[in-house]
Amino acid sequence: MSSADVTGDRHIQEPDPAKGDLAPEREGPRDTGMDDASLHRWLERTWRTPSGIFGALSSVDHKVIARRYLITAFVFLCLGGLNAVAMRIQLSGPQRGLIGPDLYNQLFTMHGVTMMFLFAVPIVQATGIYLVPLMVGTRNIAFPRLNAFSYWIYVSGGAFAWVSFALNMAPDVGWFAYVPLSGPEFASGKRADVWAQMITYTEVSSLAVAVATIVTVFKQRAPGMSLDKIPLYVWAMLVTSFVVVFAMPAVMITSTFLILDRLVGTHIFNPAEGGDALLFQHLFWFFGHPEVYIIFLPATGMVSSIIPAFARRPTFGHLGLVLSLFAVGLLSFGLWVHHMFATGLPKLGASFFTASSMMIAIPNGVQIFCWLATLWDGRPVIRTPLLFVFGFFFIFVIGGLTGVMLASVPLDLQVHDTYFVVAHFHYVLIGGSVFPLLGAAYFWFPKISGRMMSERLGRWHFWLAFIGFNAAFFPMHLVGLWGMPRRVYTYPAELGWGNINLFISAGALLFFLSFVLFTFNLVHGALKGTSAGNNPWDAGTLEWATSSPPPSYNFARIPVVTHIEPLWAEREALPVATGLRVDARELLISTVAEAYPDIREKSATPSIWPLLAALAVGGTFLYSIFTPWAIVWGAAPIAITLIGWFWPKGDPEDQE
Amino acid sequence: MKRLAFMALAPFCVLLLQGCAGWQSALDPKGPAAGELAWLIWFFTALCAVVWVLVMIALAAPLVMRSRPGDEPLLLNAGAERRKMRVVVSAVGLTAIILIGLTLLSFFANRTLAAIGSDAALTIRVTGHQWWWEVRYENATPSRILTTANEVHIPAGEPVRLLLTSTDVIHSFWIPSLAGKLDLIPGHMNVLDIKADKPGVYRGQCAEFCGAQHANMGTFIIAEPRSKFDAWLNDQLQPAGAPASGEAKAGADLFLKRPCVMCHRIGGTPAGGTVAPDLTHIASRKTLAAGTLTMSRGNLAAWIADPQGIKPGSHMPVADLNGDELNAIVAYLEGLK
Amino acid sequence: MKQRAAADLSGLPTFGHGPRSPTWWGTLGFMALEGTGFALAAGAYLYLALSWPAWPLSAPQPNHWPGTIVTILFVVSLVPNHILHRYAKQCSMVPVRIGLVVMSLLGIAPLVVRWFEFPALNIYWDTNAYGSMLWVLLGLHTTHLITDVGDTIVLTVLMFTRHGYSGRRFGDVGDNVFYWDFVVLTWIPIYLLIYWAPRLG
Repeated sequence: MSSADVTGDRHIQEPDPAKGDLAPEREGPRDTGMDDASLHRWLERTWRTPSGIFGALSSVDHKVIARRYLITAFVFLCLGGLNAVAMRIQLSGPQRGLIGPDLYNQLFTMHGVTMMFLFAVPIVQATGIYLVPLMVGTRNIAFPRLNAFSYWIYVSGGAFAWVSFALNMAPDVGWFAYVPLSGPEFASGKRADVWAQMITYTEVSSLAVAVATIVTVFKQRAPGMSLDKIPLYVWAMLVTSFVVVFAMPAVMITSTFLILDRLVGTHIFNPAEGGDALLFQHLFWFFGHPEVYIIFLPATGMVSSIIPAFARRPTFGHLGLVLSLFAVGLLSFGLWVHHMFATGLPKLGASFFTASSMMIAIPNGVQIFCWLATLWDGRPVIRTPLLFVFGFFFIFVIGGLTGVMLASVPLDLQVHDTYFVVAHFHYVLIGGSVFPLLGAAYFWFPKISGRMMSERLGRWHFWLAFIGFNAAFFPMHLVGLWGMPRRVYTYPAELGWGNINLFISAGALLFFLSFVLFTFNLVHGALKGTSAGNNPWDAGTLEWATSSPPPSYNFARIPVVTHIEPLWAEREALPVATGLRVDARELLISTVAEAYPDIREKSATPSIWPLLAALAVGGTFLYSIFTPWAIVWGAAPIAITLIGWFWPKGDPEDQE
Repeated sequence: MKRLAFMALAPFCVLLLQGCAGWQSALDPKGPAAGELAWLIWFFTALCAVVWVLVMIALAAPLVMRSRPGDEPLLLNAGAERRKMRVVVSAVGLTAIILIGLTLLSFFANRTLAAIGSDAALTIRVTGHQWWWEVRYENATPSRILTTANEVHIPAGEPVRLLLTSTDVIHSFWIPSLAGKLDLIPGHMNVLDIKADKPGVYRGQCAEFCGAQHANMGTFIIAEPRSKFDAWLNDQLQPAGAPASGEAKAGADLFLKRPCVMCHRIGGTPAGGTVAPDLTHIASRKTLAAGTLTMSRGNLAAWIADPQGIKPGSHMPVADLNGDELNAIVAYLEGLK
Repeated sequence: MKQRAAADLSGLPTFGHGPRSPTWWGTLGFMALEGTGFALAAGAYLYLALSWPAWPLSAPQPNHWPGTIVTILFVVSLVPNHILHRYAKQCSMVPVRIGLVVMSLLGIAPLVVRWFEFPALNIYWDTNAYGSMLWVLLGLHTTHLITDVGDTIVLTVLMFTRHGYSGRRFGDVGDNVFYWDFVVLTWIPIYLLIYWAPRLG
């Protein structure tokens, strides 16, 4: 491919300086013809995160933010896991008195809230924050300050939930907090308010990351990365981000309505005054079902990255996989009612949702079959990441098939709200998302840290996790069919659920131990792992073209993409683009479909204002639990911090 | 290593055999609705198991293949790719056919279930409360309306219509061995038709999280032959019997003087509270506090003395009674057959 | 990994208007999620309205005049808004400054009238669910309006400083125009729902 193809001359429209009231364009040194050493010095000086605590708090580097996100989400995973261990000890035998209902109800609510809102969504988004800019060949995520702001919102929202738990003020109404149980009449105290405000608040961060991801993929792709050359992981994150944009507002509306009912006495969910309790469920699940796919779709992207590296070939059925992503994303909005079959909806309407819920299995099937076909070329290279992908197939397919069972209205009425459902969604979420995430951790850890994790420990980790998981969750299908409802803090001995629950608890403990081993492997790898080099797996996508860990500016020169697996196609020398300034944070904006180079735009510099803005917004939300006037008092600090954020400071990046 | 995993799964099979005969099991149906559903569950399970095994075989296949020759990942065999495409397309087509089949199957199962109660002669209104069930036998004659709690007596072999609603939060009525669950939602009225083939006691419990004591919100369907059921209904419609002993008489007087009457009703006495279970024939019931304790003199005393220890968070307050007073009240209630 | 130069970017411009600019796409993204929020709130209103045969729950009809005045102001404001857009694309400072002042004033004006809309609903938020939904819909849009007017005023001040002589700032003006269109657009269905839907029943 010639350079004329990717620069797309027809697109360059020089603004006419004579016509516009613009300051003259400032010139700075460019990377053209610069030797590698001085290029590195210049770029490092321009792009690095400033030193010191203030510098760290001001960082807008997507990799720095993503690392923080990943570590924070992992901490929340461990906390949520400890919740689960506590619950399993209480349930290990009938009529155990270790944990009373008041604490138990907080435990399972915190487990759900933590795993869904503080672990699963943030960690898949964090992985995207790290990888998407690298995979599309750009130097930072779009709207880097917004990205920093998201992290501060997320970490403070999570801390808010867990501090409430420590103060015995944690929500105790379940992670979907149905009214009227969570309403003003039946949930006294501040517990349900904590749920409502924490949800609204942390979803702000998901939405911001989603918008930043979409714009990064649309506008910041390396020259030549036309739609047909976008890696599947990037597609997955793009579709996920769209699902976030259209689903998350629903949960924010739900939690806002709830807080209004509780705080200022509206009657939106109050059937005595013209409201309706089922409205809450419709709004919540309009978000809640797509939420599952928000967690699952990025994991499919990870699977699509890991399989080609170890099957030693590009993914089979690339177009089919992309279309499946879109189909799943779209259909995920059409089946929320299958969470509500037991509410007694009209039969015909319910049958429609059976059909739509069954239908989503088709694109998911396409994905599974394409991955299997990718593996059929010969014996793949079996390394830990691929083992976790195998575990993903084993577990997720069971979860998918029990999902088909739940889609059937009559069948659902027997298993809804029982341990069968608990088993089902753990098979889907842990199998469909956590196993690929663990595989991804082994796969990309060398890129992030520059070191390899231990393969031997990795295999032990896999088998411990695999056996522990199945031992803990498979019997739950049975105990659910034997009549055990979810969310019970105890059960009578005469129902005969004691032995199987003891077995489940033992499995859960084993599963928990596997994460202890994983943590050890992470720390050990970070400190003592062997050096990884740029591309330890000889994979084909752009993140492997730069050093491990990548420099602050990601790529010394922006790569030019000629193939869906650019590193496999350009083994001799990677084609790159030149001509960007090195004394200002310049990156390339390209056109949406063809990725023609279009604009040399400045990316934002480090700033403390996103942190201050997050503090202002967070303080407002916290205060709003106690009085609605918080919104009025909080408006001024929020406005001031936002003005501080956007007001130009006279950096080279603010010129032009 | 895969074998290791299967060995770990082996104990489940034993548990499976042991657990089918549960008292509250969807796999042990005792009525036409649960029978239809159990059949559906087994059919879906079998079909899904076959699909899963096929996927696992496809997954395991490359493990026994030879490694790909050379290391040029972009060099693909065009003929092999075409064959794969055919396989994938057929697999997707098969998936679609299976899913359409299952959709139709569940649609017709739904119709079968809807037909069960179309000629129900008996209508019972079940109202959910935190954390007990109010059971009211509807009748055109007001004096024939019966209100009781937690246990639903029905004639065996006849369809019965349950009207489900709630006055506080959402609950869900679920008797696994008779029918699927249905929610009790404030502001809504749901209809659940059930039928028990044979006389028996079928346990169930609330299936929608409803607060502190969701775990202890059991209920029983007690199916009896028609004649026995009619006799039971007539007994229950009678006002409470007069206290038989002096101690019971003292208990009755105490009951009426204490705050008990604010919440509980005892037919034939001035006690007329309606926010807690009707106690007119409490001693005829099998359990106390919605399946939490079996009915006995000792448990009655324990429950009255320490409701918050037995069912923490429940709305039954601790009554200020000395030992004699407690015994007297228990003696009275014990006589309310 | 070895590299070879394959493309030269040095001749590219440093800013672009409309869909060429990432900010425009970001604005579109936020419109999409806010629009979803409005649509769901409106959906909740319709859900309740269709669930209750007696809707609007024997409440008095709202006085539509303040709302109608706001609507007229909004529609009128679209004309200077688009004139401003044309000058923003030409990067010409004086008309852009005038346009932004005009748009700030045309943002404040409906906000003032909005103050009178709340009492004109003729019902309180805690009377019944109908009142709640009216206040929620109006409140959501008012929040939306306040943030955009605040944003416009800050941008106006910015364009009067030396920082204004920059292509990106003119691009920001264009995005501000875009966003105001959205504020007006979301108001129309809410206006019909609040003031005219109760008159249908």
